[in-house]
Amino acid sequence: MMDDFILKAIIAGILVALAAGPLGCFLIWRRMAYFGDTISHSALMGVGLGIAFGTGSPWVIMLVCALVSGALLLLEKGGKFSTDTLLGILAHSALSLGLIIIALQDSLRQDMMFFLIGDILAIDMAGIIAIGLMTVVTLGGLFFIWKPLLSITVHEDLAQVEGVNLRATKIIYMLLIALLVAFAMKVIGALLITALMIIPAAAARNMARSPVQMAFYAMIAGTISVIMGIMMSSLWDVPAGPSIVLSALILFLIGCLLPSRLRI
Amino acid sequence: MSDTSSPLIDLENISLSFSGRVVLSEVSFSVSRGEIVTLIGPNGAGKSTIMRIALGLQQPDRGQVRRAPGISIGYMPQKIMIEDILPLTVRGFLLLRPETTEADADEVMALTGIAHVAKSPVQRVSGGEMQRVLMARALLGHPDLIVLDEPVQGVDIAGQEELYRLIALVRQTQNCGVLMISHDLHMVMAGTDKVVCLNRHICCSGAPENIQDHPEYHALLGGKLEGIALYTHHHDHSHDSDGNVVTHKSKEKIVDGHGEEGCSHDG
Repeated sequence: MMDDFILKAIIAGILVALAAGPLGCFLIWRRMAYFGDTISHSALMGVGLGIAFGTGSPWVIMLVCALVSGALLLLEKGGKFSTDTLLGILAHSALSLGLIIIALQDSLRQDMMFFLIGDILAIDMAGIIAIGLMTVVTLGGLFFIWKPLLSITVHEDLAQVEGVNLRATKIIYMLLIALLVAFAMKVIGALLITALMIIPAAAARNMARSPVQMAFYAMIAGTISVIMGIMMSSLWDVPAGPSIVLSALILFLIGCLLPSRLRI
Repeated sequence: MSDTSSPLIDLENISLSFSGRVVLSEVSFSVSRGEIVTLIGPNGAGKSTIMRIALGLQQPDRGQVRRAPGISIGYMPQKIMIEDILPLTVRGFLLLRPETTEADADEVMALTGIAHVAKSPVQRVSGGEMQRVLMARALLGHPDLIVLDEPVQGVDIAGQEELYRLIALVRQTQNCGVLMISHDLHMVMAGTDKVVCLNRHICCSGAPENIQDHPEYHALLGGKLEGIALYTHHHDHSHDSDGNVVTHKSKEKIVDGHGEEGCSHDG
């Protein structure tokens, strides 16, 4: 029989992967992979601030992520620096600020690794329920903005002429990512959550004939990665988060060998 | 549906500057139902900018854009780069437009002759096919006004003729207005009712002349191009390096407001 804590870890990991796959598809379709990093680095600042105010609530993390996203939107409007540069500045400033805030609190210093790569084997039942709700809200929200977001991804001007609300759609998408990152911190940590969004999505590309299929296959690839990773982790006693990411990498490499199915 | 006599879209005295540089100055024109208006002008003349203003994608500094109440606009952008990482078929691309059904998509694909690539990846169709795919997207939902940004750019002569015939057909059957940017300073579609020559201000506008009257181009193109007409215009002034208007006779700078007269574009 499988140990209880391993079963819980697998369930929590799968719930995160189910939300991360489809959100990650848009990250790579929109060439925004670095945005995922910026948000997850901001999450570290959220953790630090939350603990400074005496709470470990994911809502503090989400609020900080949302504020950094908002700052990005405002700075982009200024137009002086490319999005790329702005993301780099925001990501590393937030990361540094987060690390300093955490370091200032002596009690937390030794737990730094927990925030960077997560501690999936320590998830309890309440954690699973919280993550499950996050997954439902994230997938529901993404379903709601699916078509407009896809249209913006293909051509912003065309989408706008056809009546898509660009700003509202982008803000909702950013908030969904912030929500996912905030709740996935415990499971896979700030450094690795972007990997769980991007790698399964990329692995799904060659199998998919449509955007919906790609999102669906990304969920499956993420789920397999979580199961493989946690097995690997308990077999060889290595950290679970990095094992999940490496499992996703293996699936990606297999995916690369497959011929693209979108041919006539 | 709007009243047929009033214009579908009316731009009045549109001016716009980007960080001190004048991009558009006092530009006015309108497009009515059943009318084809073609914008021509050299690179950097502000053709795309005035089109973006007409579409509501850009706000002018001064001037007014009036659209007939309740009209729908179909837009065909100039170029479109879709990442290979996005698995999207031609049909999927058309279905991205809000409130579009499979039947709507089939209808415009049949009209534009792209039904055979419906299931192809949108990244894998030829240049001419891609123009028709973009045209099909613009035609979805039977728009009152179609706005086309260099619709035949990068398409061979036969393909250009075909696209122009399609535009003429749609104008005729759907009685919509058409506003398009021509990729060529000297050539506009044969059915064009009004040519607007733009170089930050409106140099001239009016009906295109018949291609038969221009032996030089007639000889060059062999006279086979039913879908393409020539628009020539005479100039009484040119522009200095700052884009100011200079008359040929006196070299005095003159202010705008030369309606049906023309200007030349050096470089």
